[in-house]
Amino acid sequence: MATVELRFSALPAHVRTARLVAAAVARQAGVDESVLDEVRLAVGEACSRAVGLHVRNGVSHPVRVKLIQQEKRFLIEVGDGVPTPVTSHADSTAAEALSLAAGANGGSGGEQTDDTMGLAVISGLVDDLVIGHDDDGGLIRMSWPIADPADDEL
Amino acid sequence: MDLSLSTRSVGDRTVVEVGGEIDVYTAPKLREQLVELVNEGHYHLIVDMEGVDFLDSTGLGVLVGGLKRVRAHEGSLRLVCNQERILKIFRITGLTKVFPIHGSVDEAVAAND
Repeated sequence: MATVELRFSALPAHVRTARLVAAAVARQAGVDESVLDEVRLAVGEACSRAVGLHVRNGVSHPVRVKLIQQEKRFLIEVGDGVPTPVTSHADSTAAEALSLAAGANGGSGGEQTDDTMGLAVISGLVDDLVIGHDDDGGLIRMSWPIADPADDEL
Repeated sequence: MDLSLSTRSVGDRTVVEVGGEIDVYTAPKLREQLVELVNEGHYHLIVDMEGVDFLDSTGLGVLVGGLKRVRAHEGSLRLVCNQERILKIFRITGLTKVFPIHGSVDEAVAAND
């Protein structure tokens, strides 16, 4: 069972709320302060991407965020409601984002650029990352270690 | 926290001072500001990000869009940023190779290349 679960309408304004909740729950779960910025950014990227997918595909379902405290890991799942796997893929690289960004011909390419850059940021930030799907649609699963309280006592 | 924007001219450069959070919700405001400046003929922009608390890939996309627009007029877009957590995002995406990033507005104003 998720420690905290959020469902929100696919509106950009709610992405900040999801970021703040995720960071607060991660802090409470014992995720190290030094990586909370990464958690916040990664959740924001995953939620922004999900919102974009919902809007572009006319999906009315809410975006799903599960924040799960395990014994040694803090797991976050962000699910979109787009059933078919999208063209974006897990191995988006900085080079790919760079080549899109550096396109000298001034085309907008906005949505693709944002999506690719979003995945590049998540891939660069999160070591434990799986981009797949479940029965409802795409699913980004990422986790961070929970600091061992015993370490603080040393 | 919302996004704050203000602009001022320094010589032939236009400095856009940005504060707050640049994300999927607020980035369109920054995009509008950059588009407006370019449409008004300001082709040498300096985006001062020292007051930015949060930046995501949507914000990066807007900055890249701004860069493309000024380049179409042989202009420039320089960034001012000293915050490690913001710089890290530019590094992850390889955009440090695309944007000149300076430590201060004065440095960005003085830069010529």
